[in-house]
Amino acid sequence: MTGRHVVVVGAGPAGLAAADAALAAGAEVTLIDSAERPGGQYHRMLPEAYEATDPGALQHGYRSFDRRSRRVLGHPRCSWWAESSVWALERRDSADDGPPLVHVLRGTPRRRHVLEPDALVLAVGAHDRVLPFPGWDLPGVYTAGAAQALAKGERVVVGDRVVVAGTGPFLLPVATSLLEAGSRVLAVVEAAGPAAVARGWLRRPWELTSQLGKSGELLSYTARLGRHRVPYRMGRAVVEARGDGRVEEIVTARVRADWSVVPGSEHVTAVDALCVGHGFTPQLELPVAAGCDLRPAAGGSAAGSPADVFVSVDDDQRTSRPGVYAAGEITGVAGAPAARAEGAVAGWIAAGGDRGARALVTLGRSRDQGRAFAARLALAHPVGRAWPGWLRPDTVICRCEETTYAAVCRSAADPTRTEPQVAKLATRAGLGPCQARVCGPTVAELRRSTDQGAGPHHRPVAEPIRLGELARPPEPPPGRATPATPATPSTPTDSPAEESTS
Amino acid sequence: MDRTRVVIIGAGIIGAACARELALAGFDVLVLDRAGAAAATTSHGEGNILVSDKGPGPELELAQLSRRLWPEVLAALTERTSPEEVDAVEWDPKGGIVVATTAGGAEALLPFAAAQRAAGVRAEAMDSDALTSAEPFLTERRTAAVHYPDDAQVQPAGAATALLADALRAGARLRTGREVLGGVTRGSRLTAVRTADGQVEADVFVNAAGPWSGEVARRLGVPLDIRPRRGEVLVTTPLPPTVFHKVYDADYVGAVGSGAGDLQTSAVVESTRAGTVLLGSSRRRVGFDDRTRPEVLSAIAAKALKLFPSLAGVHVMRAYGGFRPYVPDHLPVIGADPRLPGLWHATGHEGAGIGLSVGTARLVRELLTGTAPAIDASPFRVDRPAVLGGPPTVTEAPNSPPHTAPTTEEGP
Amino acid sequence: MSPRLVPAASDPAGRRERPLTITVDGEPLTGIAGQTVAGVLLAAGRPAWRRAPSGAPRGVFCGIGVCFDCLVTVNDERDVRACRRRARDGDAVTTQSRAQGDERDGRRAR
Repeated sequence: MTGRHVVVVGAGPAGLAAADAALAAGAEVTLIDSAERPGGQYHRMLPEAYEATDPGALQHGYRSFDRRSRRVLGHPRCSWWAESSVWALERRDSADDGPPLVHVLRGTPRRRHVLEPDALVLAVGAHDRVLPFPGWDLPGVYTAGAAQALAKGERVVVGDRVVVAGTGPFLLPVATSLLEAGSRVLAVVEAAGPAAVARGWLRRPWELTSQLGKSGELLSYTARLGRHRVPYRMGRAVVEARGDGRVEEIVTARVRADWSVVPGSEHVTAVDALCVGHGFTPQLELPVAAGCDLRPAAGGSAAGSPADVFVSVDDDQRTSRPGVYAAGEITGVAGAPAARAEGAVAGWIAAGGDRGARALVTLGRSRDQGRAFAARLALAHPVGRAWPGWLRPDTVICRCEETTYAAVCRSAADPTRTEPQVAKLATRAGLGPCQARVCGPTVAELRRSTDQGAGPHHRPVAEPIRLGELARPPEPPPGRATPATPATPSTPTDSPAEESTS
Repeated sequence: MDRTRVVIIGAGIIGAACARELALAGFDVLVLDRAGAAAATTSHGEGNILVSDKGPGPELELAQLSRRLWPEVLAALTERTSPEEVDAVEWDPKGGIVVATTAGGAEALLPFAAAQRAAGVRAEAMDSDALTSAEPFLTERRTAAVHYPDDAQVQPAGAATALLADALRAGARLRTGREVLGGVTRGSRLTAVRTADGQVEADVFVNAAGPWSGEVARRLGVPLDIRPRRGEVLVTTPLPPTVFHKVYDADYVGAVGSGAGDLQTSAVVESTRAGTVLLGSSRRRVGFDDRTRPEVLSAIAAKALKLFPSLAGVHVMRAYGGFRPYVPDHLPVIGADPRLPGLWHATGHEGAGIGLSVGTARLVRELLTGTAPAIDASPFRVDRPAVLGGPPTVTEAPNSPPHTAPTTEEGP
Repeated sequence: MSPRLVPAASDPAGRRERPLTITVDGEPLTGIAGQTVAGVLLAAGRPAWRRAPSGAPRGVFCGIGVCFDCLVTVNDERDVRACRRRARDGDAVTTQSRAQGDERDGRRAR
């Protein structure tokens, strides 16, 4: 089928693959991303103004990414909307009428447009989850992703005595980026104990190999850390950050499998920056706005926490809403190769590509391996349920409104405030500028909310919009590149294996 | 134990206020809600306590009664509970300013205010200088303004939970997650309601289910023409103080006659304690369709900027919508249902329920105990043509007050 | 020691540096074309520039536009995420505060 208009939101590994595959299937594609350049958080690009002669020096799999990126952006049927945000998805009166209308703020200065696609691929990714601890709101405490983005994206290092802490394999590339940029990494502090890590990573290590290419991305990180003699401390957590106006020292402590703190095991380290990540929170406001069903995370002892929900998709990456597809980390955090495979499947099917295409088999296999890998990592790095043990009554839970742990607990115990919305209004947690993007899953977990999923992610205004922008009627979208001749479907070009060789 | 048992259906602000009033009067009160307290209409509005938007008549009398009662209720709460809980009400008697921006708007506003004054409302015409010093960021394009010092604001969910908590302290009980599925009658009298967890017996049942009270009544066997009407509110990021009163546009005058189902918007602008600015309002009859429509948000933004052009660069960070209980003749429904002894209603306040809750609860108590009501309650009686389930009307009732602007009241 | 920019001379990415100047609350800060406003602030040794309601300092936290900790006003445009806005030569950045009584809050006597 040709001439279908596929809107892809997000130009990271999944979205770019989706656009590529949809173009290959003959569709017209509008690719939307809030950044100036494609790549997402994974292929975080240096700004063009840096005129880097060797941008690949900082990137895994840069060459194949660059190739794909040029192919997609230069394609006559692709409209690339950089620095653009989807601020609302508007469901139609009937699901049979197609996917939601896509309300976009495009470019700088921002113009308001409404797209009416035949299919919508959501590939908006995830951001770091950070569990609160006393002092986590001090300047100098960064998410692991922030340290990574600053180092890879603009060559700013956050400090010279840095600890990278939390849980999950993502801590390793972050530490590596900091080292690469010349920072001193004092330690990587991993809350999961050695047994759990070994169980997750080393059982059937060939699965890792198939996921990561011959060199093994993760293994290369650990090797690099080893060369720099950076200790990888397992079974420890940062339980406090201290300082006068900025972080000056941190307290780490030994934690048990459930992340309860072992008394007397505290250790103080002087730092000038701390980078923390406890896994990822998928960015679900658009899937929720589209009406997509969510599912709890598969496996992992954290399953059942309201923080762990993802978009539910079938083998074709279809969501529960007709015409809406999801790919990448919003369907489960499974790494870039799986995200690329999901994106390619989503884009191909969304464009009306042939379901019998042989490449789909390869892609499906790659995706399944990625998911299996993710399940193992989840097993190795579960968030321990006893983490609130390191909170104090006055620990800030909501950074925007400075709602304390005590206030969240008080409202959780109040029979008149069982409703999340009512508790939110009472505590103000989640009502500030970030709109619960940071604290929402944490608050839901602390309230032991049974409200699975959508609640903390319900944001009908998915991106702040200025009143002046909102008040003006939308402008017609700029002319899409129209195909001179009907496109000939080829095949989803992508083999994820190709992508990961670098 | 021969206390009269009362079941209140709905733990929104009307149910909470009734529960409190009745529990304090010695009734044995049980509140049922299909979800949690204040979950729906109450926590999705602006929190208006207004006299300014009501022309002389029964609704204004109820509003005046309620406005007198609010400080008394809060004073009583202060004696019985923690400062935090009273604080969570966010009571702010900031006053309202109604602004006309056209000649026609001014021509309608000033006589309307005069009629309100005759009915005992403090409504003070403002000259341009007074307006500038009261609202320095207001548009220069204005033709008249009236100050209503008695308009006030609360955080609606905080107000409802404070009332409900006070009711619980007075002995009322709350059961959430209990949806009323039907009724049980003995003779002609309603003696119990059915829920998934079994029957709940009582002597009196008060239907305070807001937009769902029509459905509750239907399940109990008596039609009641209460319909949902949707309103949306925009919330800006926190700002330095920019809006100091509840400011709204009188330009609505004369616009009420259009089809009730159509989108109607009128500007209502006010700040909250947290520094955000709330922008309303819209009214649409879309059943229980809970989609937030960008075109509605756009219309609200455009209207708000007419009043406060300097907000154009301010971010909207959130929008929310809720359903209000709409009655074709725009009057609440308060009192016993003559068709089904044992059933009472306290509903139909559309966008004014937060403000009218305490007055409504007072009337319910007085009517239940046979005390002389503080105001004439007969206009709110159940057996009036607009309520008893006549055919749906297509147009707004022509006797609506001229600027019923903030019908989508409420919500921080 | 504070956050800093990797020296171009030792950067394997082989980049060029074109300096720019912005003002922050009137004070000039130099940065490099391509940096975000947050990057310029950090590399100039300022890890915090905004105040939360309690007056607590805020700077960059998430670095990718999610947390809104880093909001600044750029050329009179309010609530710009410093981590996402590329600095342009001559940008006038003013810092923000949500703390009552902070003069930047602009609270006025009525």
